[in-house]
Amino acid sequence: MLPRRDKCLSALFITGVTCLFSSMAHAAYEYNLTPPASTLTQEIFDLHMLTTIVGTIIMALVTGMIIYALINFRHAKGAVPDQEFHNGWFGRWAWVLVPVIVLSIDLTIASSASSTLSSVESHDKADVTVKVIGSQWKWTYEYMDDDIKIVSNLKKLEPTDPLYLRDVDDPLVLPTGKRVRFLLTSSDVLHNWGIAEIVPKKINIPGYINETWTNITKEGTYRGQCYENCGTGHAFMPAVVRAVSPTEYEQWKVTRKAQQAQAAAEASADKVWAKAELMAKGEAVYTKNCLACHQANGQGLPGVFPALAGSKIANNSAALAEHIAIVVKGKAGTAMAAWGPQLNDLDIAAVVTYERNAWGNTAGELVQPKDIKAAR
Amino acid sequence: MSVATTHDHHHDHHGPPRGWQRWVYSTNHKDIGTMYLFFALFMLFFGGAMAMYIRAELFMPGVQLASPDFYNNMVTDHALVMVFGMVMPAAAGMANWMIPMMIGAPDMALPRLNNLSFWLLPAAAILLMLSIVAPYIFPDGGTPVNTGWTLLPPLSVQNGIGMDFTIFAIHTLGVSSILASINIVTTILNMRAPGMTMMKMPLFVWAWFFTALLLIAVMPVLAGAVTMLLFDRHFGTSFFDAAGGGDPILFQHLFWFFGHPEVYVLLLPSIGVLGLVIPTFARKPLFGYKALVYGMGILAALGMVVWAHHQYTIGMSLVATNYFMIGTILISIPVGLMLMNFIFTMWRGSMTFETPMLFGIAIILMFSFAGVTGVMLAVVPADMQYHDTMFVVAHFHYALIPGAVFGLYAGVFYWLPKWTGHMYNERLGQIFFWWTTISFNLTFFPQHFSGLAGMPRRIVDYSIQYTEFNMISSIGGFLFGLSHLLFLFIIIQTIRGGAKAPAKPWEGSQIGTPGLEWTLPSPPPFHSFTEAPVIK
Repeated sequence: MLPRRDKCLSALFITGVTCLFSSMAHAAYEYNLTPPASTLTQEIFDLHMLTTIVGTIIMALVTGMIIYALINFRHAKGAVPDQEFHNGWFGRWAWVLVPVIVLSIDLTIASSASSTLSSVESHDKADVTVKVIGSQWKWTYEYMDDDIKIVSNLKKLEPTDPLYLRDVDDPLVLPTGKRVRFLLTSSDVLHNWGIAEIVPKKINIPGYINETWTNITKEGTYRGQCYENCGTGHAFMPAVVRAVSPTEYEQWKVTRKAQQAQAAAEASADKVWAKAELMAKGEAVYTKNCLACHQANGQGLPGVFPALAGSKIANNSAALAEHIAIVVKGKAGTAMAAWGPQLNDLDIAAVVTYERNAWGNTAGELVQPKDIKAAR
Repeated sequence: MSVATTHDHHHDHHGPPRGWQRWVYSTNHKDIGTMYLFFALFMLFFGGAMAMYIRAELFMPGVQLASPDFYNNMVTDHALVMVFGMVMPAAAGMANWMIPMMIGAPDMALPRLNNLSFWLLPAAAILLMLSIVAPYIFPDGGTPVNTGWTLLPPLSVQNGIGMDFTIFAIHTLGVSSILASINIVTTILNMRAPGMTMMKMPLFVWAWFFTALLLIAVMPVLAGAVTMLLFDRHFGTSFFDAAGGGDPILFQHLFWFFGHPEVYVLLLPSIGVLGLVIPTFARKPLFGYKALVYGMGILAALGMVVWAHHQYTIGMSLVATNYFMIGTILISIPVGLMLMNFIFTMWRGSMTFETPMLFGIAIILMFSFAGVTGVMLAVVPADMQYHDTMFVVAHFHYALIPGAVFGLYAGVFYWLPKWTGHMYNERLGQIFFWWTTISFNLTFFPQHFSGLAGMPRRIVDYSIQYTEFNMISSIGGFLFGLSHLLFLFIIIQTIRGGAKAPAKPWEGSQIGTPGLEWTLPSPPPFHSFTEAPVIK
C-alpha cells in the first residue's frame, strides 16, 4: 500500500518540477498580469499582487495543515481517533475564531480595493475623449474633440507570425501623460474593448455608454482584444493602441485631418468614376468591411451569412435599388449592419459596383457616388 | 408517514415490477435514483466529448476543426450539458437514493412527481441535441447557439432556430428541477422517522435541503428571462433591445440572479457528501456539525444577493459595485468555515485512504484554491482585468470540478457498495483518483497563467504567445477525458460482480453521522423500511 502511494507522490512531484523548469527555460510563458503602463493600471496591478500574495499564504497554510494531518493522523501509523476533539475548548470556539480571522483578511483586501475602485470611477476632466464603438467585427474610434475617425480591422497574418491576431490595419493613437477618457458603446451586440496594460475593462453595450479612462505613462504599442463573446468573429477583434509623446500626437492629428479632408473631397465630388477605379476601390472596401461575413469568394457561410456570388439581389439588374438600400440601411433581424453612417458615398458606390461585377456576377451596373447620395 | 408505511405493508408481497415497466412507470426512489445516475453518466460523456473537441481546437493557433460558430456552440452546450445534464441529475440521483434511506422514510413524499421530474430530463436532452443540429438541417437555420451558456442578448436574438430549442430545453430542465426540489423539501420536512430531528439529519440531507430551496427560488427567474428572450425573438417585444426602450443588461441581472445561486446548487450536494466521507474515513465525528449547517444556510442566503459580481464591467454605480464586492468577499467566511471544519475533522483522527477519502482530501485542497482565486476575482478593479479571460475559466473549473464533480465521484465510490451490493475494485479506484486529479490540474492550472497574460475565453483561435499553455492544457484535457473510461469500467465491473458488500462497508461509517442507510443490507431491499425505524 505505502510504497505505491509514495511512487505516485514522487511522480506528481517530478511532473510539477518539470513544468516549473520548462517554464523558466522558455521566455514565451507569460504567467502574470501584463505589466501596467498607466497610472490607474499600476494601482490595479498592485492590488492584484496584494490579493495574490495573501492567497498564496492562505494556500500554503491550508496545504501545510493538511499535509501535517496526513502524516500524523493516519490509521496505518496506529493513530487513535480523538472522539472528544470537537467538544474541547477549540471545538467550541473555532467557529468564532476562524470567521473573525477570515473577516479581518477580507476587510483588509476590501478597503484597499475600495479606494482603487474610486480611482477607476473618478470622472475628472479629460484632455482627450475617444468614443470606442464595437461592431461585428471591428473597432471604430471617434475623437470627440477633433474630427478624426479610425476604423480598426484585423490585419490578416499567418498563424506563425508573432503578431497573429494581435495586429490591426489602423491603430488608435493616443498621447502619453494626458488623461484620456473612453466612451464605450456598440452598434450591434455586446463587445468589450480590453487592453490590460492601459485600461480597466468596461463592456460596450448597444444603446448605452460606458466610461473608463487612462493616463499612459510609457510610449509604445499596447495590444488587447474583444473580451465579450460577440459571435462568429469574436476571436478576430484585436484592439491596438499606439501611445506617442504629446508633440508627436499633435503632428499626427494634423496629418490625419489632412488625409481625411482629401478623401472626403474626393468622395463628394461629382466626378463620374470609371469601372476599373470603382472595382479596385470596391475590392479594398469589401476586404476591410464585408469579408469577415461574406468571405473572400463571395460565398458567405451557408446558413449563417448569405452568398453574394450569384445571389438574387447582387446578380440581378432589376434589384439594384434593393441592393443599395441593404448596404446603406442594413437588414433588420440579421447581422447585416447599416453601412450608410460608417462609409462615404464613394466607398458604398464602389463596394456595390464590386459586388455586382465580381465572382462571376453579371448584373454589370456601375454605381456612382451620386446614386448613393440619392438613396440615403 | 403512518399512511405511507401501512401502504407499503399492503404491497409487500408484490415485489418489484419486472421489465421495462419497472423503469418507465417507476415510483420507487431507488430505481429513479439509478435512472438519474445513468442519465448523468451518459451526459458526462456527451458533454465531455464537446470538451475534447474544444481542447483539440485550442491545441494550437489557427482554426483547424470546424467553423467558429460550431466552436462557440460547443462551448455553450458543454456548459449547459455539464451543469443541467450532468452535475444536477447526478446530485439528484444521489438525493433520490440516499435521502429516504438516511431519514428512515419508505420513499419520497411524492413518488409520481418523482417519476415525472426524471422523465422530463431525457425530453430536455433531446431538445438540447436538436438545438445543436437544427441550424444545419433547416434551410434557413441561421447561426447556431454561439452565445456561451449565459445566452446574452442581443447576440442570442440574432441566433437561428437552435436558440429556440435551447430555450425550450431550459424550460423543461427548469420544470424538472423545480418538481424534484419540491419533492425533496417535502420529503425532508414530512417523512423523517420518529426521533429524527432536523439537527440529527446527516449533512448530505441538510445540503440538499438548502439546494432544493435555492432551486425553487431561482429557477423561475431563469425561466422568466428566457421567456422574455423568446418574446424578443419572435413577438416583437423589446425587453432587451435599447432601440425599443429595453435594456440588454436586464437579461444579465436576471440570468445571474439565477446563475450565481446555481453555483451553490452544484456545490452544496458535494459538500454534503464530504460531510459524510471525511468523518467516516477519519473515524471521528464531524467537527462543527452545527457550524456547517448554519454555514451552508448563510452561504445559500449570501449566494442569493451577490449575483452582479459576474457583471462588474457593465458600468454600475460606485455604491452598487462596492456592495457587490464586499458581499462577495464575505462569502469566504462560510466557505472558510466549511473547509476548516473538514480539516479539523481529519485532525487527531485515524485516517485511511480509500478512494472516496482521496477525493475528499483533494477537494479540500483544490476547492480552497478556487476560493482564493474567487477572492481575487471578487475584487472589482482587479476583476476588470480578469473579466472574461481564461483566468475565470480556470477559477470556475477549479470550483466546479473538485467542488461539485469530484464530490460526486466521492459519493459514487462511497455508496457504490451500498447501491450494488458489491465492493468496487479499490486498486482501480485509486488509479482513477490519481489519474483524474493529476490530469485535471495539468488541464486547468496553466489556464490561470494564459488568462492573466490576457487570453480571452470563448475564442476559437488565439495568438501564438498562448500556445505553450494551451498545449499543456489540451494534453491534460485529453488525459482527463480518457480517465473517465476507467470510471465507466469500474462502475460496470462493480454492478456485474465483485466481493460481496456488507451492510456497513466502511469501518468508520455511522461515526458522527446518524444515517440510517447502514442499518439496511447492501443492496437495500426494494422497499427500504417496511417499519419506521426509531431514533433515540
